[in-house]
Amino acid sequence: MAANARPIRLLRNLNAKIAAVPMILTALVVFVGGSMWTVIYSFTGSKLLPKKLLKWDELFAIPVPEWIAKDGALNFDIPVGIVSRSFVGLDQYERLWASNRWIISIENLAIYGACSLVLSFVIGFVLAALLDQKIRFENTFRTIILYPFALSFIVTGLVWQWILNPEFGIQSIVRGMGFVGFTFDPLYNQDIVIYGILIAGLWQGTGLIMCLMLAGLRGIDEDIWKAARVDGIPMWKTYLFIVIPMMRPVFITTLVIIASGIVRVYDLVVAQTSGGPGISSEVPAKYVYDYMFQNQNLGQGFAASTMMLLAVAVVIIPWAYLEFGGRKRG
Amino acid sequence: MISATAAASPATRAPLEGPRGPKPRTRFSRRNIFIYGTLGLVALYYALPLYVMIVTSLKGMPEIRLGNVFAPPVEITFEPWVKAWSTACTGLNCDGLSRGFWNSVRILIPSVVLSIAIASVNGYALANWRFRGADLFFTILIVGAFIPYQVMIYPIVIILREMGLYGSLTGLVLVHSVFGMPILTLLFRNYFTSIPEELFKAARVDGAGFWGIYFRIMLPMSLPIFVVAMILQVTGIWNDFLFGVIYTKPDLYPMTVQLNNIVNSVQGVKEYNVNMAATLLTGLVPLAIYFVSGKLFVRGIAAGAVKG
Repeated sequence: MAANARPIRLLRNLNAKIAAVPMILTALVVFVGGSMWTVIYSFTGSKLLPKKLLKWDELFAIPVPEWIAKDGALNFDIPVGIVSRSFVGLDQYERLWASNRWIISIENLAIYGACSLVLSFVIGFVLAALLDQKIRFENTFRTIILYPFALSFIVTGLVWQWILNPEFGIQSIVRGMGFVGFTFDPLYNQDIVIYGILIAGLWQGTGLIMCLMLAGLRGIDEDIWKAARVDGIPMWKTYLFIVIPMMRPVFITTLVIIASGIVRVYDLVVAQTSGGPGISSEVPAKYVYDYMFQNQNLGQGFAASTMMLLAVAVVIIPWAYLEFGGRKRG
Repeated sequence: MISATAAASPATRAPLEGPRGPKPRTRFSRRNIFIYGTLGLVALYYALPLYVMIVTSLKGMPEIRLGNVFAPPVEITFEPWVKAWSTACTGLNCDGLSRGFWNSVRILIPSVVLSIAIASVNGYALANWRFRGADLFFTILIVGAFIPYQVMIYPIVIILREMGLYGSLTGLVLVHSVFGMPILTLLFRNYFTSIPEELFKAARVDGAGFWGIYFRIMLPMSLPIFVVAMILQVTGIWNDFLFGVIYTKPDLYPMTVQLNNIVNSVQGVKEYNVNMAATLLTGLVPLAIYFVSGKLFVRGIAAGAVKG
């Protein structure tokens, strides 16, 4: 540290520096160091030893039950995993992009991401605009719309799994009303399963977006509305051409929040479909977890997570540059 | 339009606006019907899953097989709740969700205390005792918050293993503290920056040091932000799944992981009422915090969005 040269200064700020040690360690060791480590080792043939299963047999003298193999309860054996230093170049990436499961994961993420982004923005903004009309019961409405955000993705996924259950849920109700041919079973249909997850994801997340948008709308000067009214501009035009452009900073923040949340989507899929039917609702985060902790293929996991990092970097770096670079100049 | 809205709500927001303008339209104007109708439908949609959870958890299995998910229970039974809490099976263990609940509590309390302690002192140092390089580390911390967790999972496994903490609750507490740091530090830094500097300077003149100012001045002045941080952390840590499943052993799994294992277990007959009771039980803690804390919760999540 630069202060080393001047001991008095070092001493004077010593407490602050001690207080910042956890932050410095987190920033350097976990965030920078951890990410670099993963990127570097994604070029190796790192694996977990199959010793894992042997160890289970030794301990319990029974074969691994199916449920354990499924839910990853063998985690505690991971210390036998070996991290290889054998450099294999881009092999892991080639295998990754040749993997059908990874391609499906990426496609799912793209569909989920695009729909979630657009719908979150539209629904969030419309709801915020409705709540901003100086209505009664504003707090009640907001409380109801936001409460799913307090729930975990696991809870969200399980509830929607139940509601979308074709035997008892929406499908059976509509059929019971006389529409016998009605089919709505997103979680059991490979082609639309990702939309079933989207429904749950939107239910959980739009409340937050609405709150952010509402804060943005409240930040707009009341006089703008009055001026627009005096000029006889219809309300929708005021929103579209005056208010929305003024809310650009809020939109950018919201965009970053939604985007970084989308890349991480994992729990929801695990709870709602476990990636099924088949592998039709896999997502990258789940690919990483499964390869690291269940398929004993660390290198694949590292390569996949590096791809995730790359995707986030494409969004975050321009934003950080505009945000932080811009402020220094201003 | 604006005059109509002012008429619809009692003058809580703008006391200066007297009864001017055209005669107020009736409460049942087309516009109001549209707004309240839409919001009502939306609210219904958002409330429905909670309703379904409650209703299903109070039914017996025969009733579930006959009826639909939205029908209210004919015969209310609390048996599913009892079963979910104390006898539901996750593989070999059949002691219900209670184990997961207590694990979650044992994870939650030290994690919340530790992460808030670290972040508040850190935010205070960043706001009032800046040193060279502090901003750089802070920027790394904030940008690092956007890195997908998957990238850092395995290095942390190795770090914890080397420390001998892998698979223990202590390890998980450390992980939660590390990943809670960016948002909490930001929260505290911004709050402490907003406290007038004169106060800080006066305390310095009076001879108070780093910790003296923190404990005697900053801490008592910033209780609201501590509550906000607590709400943020309690819901965040309680709802965590990924870290719990990776960094703990099966008998130490937090509630969310155990819930998922109960509901999505492949063996046995599916008991939907027990599943929903278990789901509701897991959601109860954050829901209670949400409904009790109200505006502070909103402030907490908004704080996450407002950049420094």
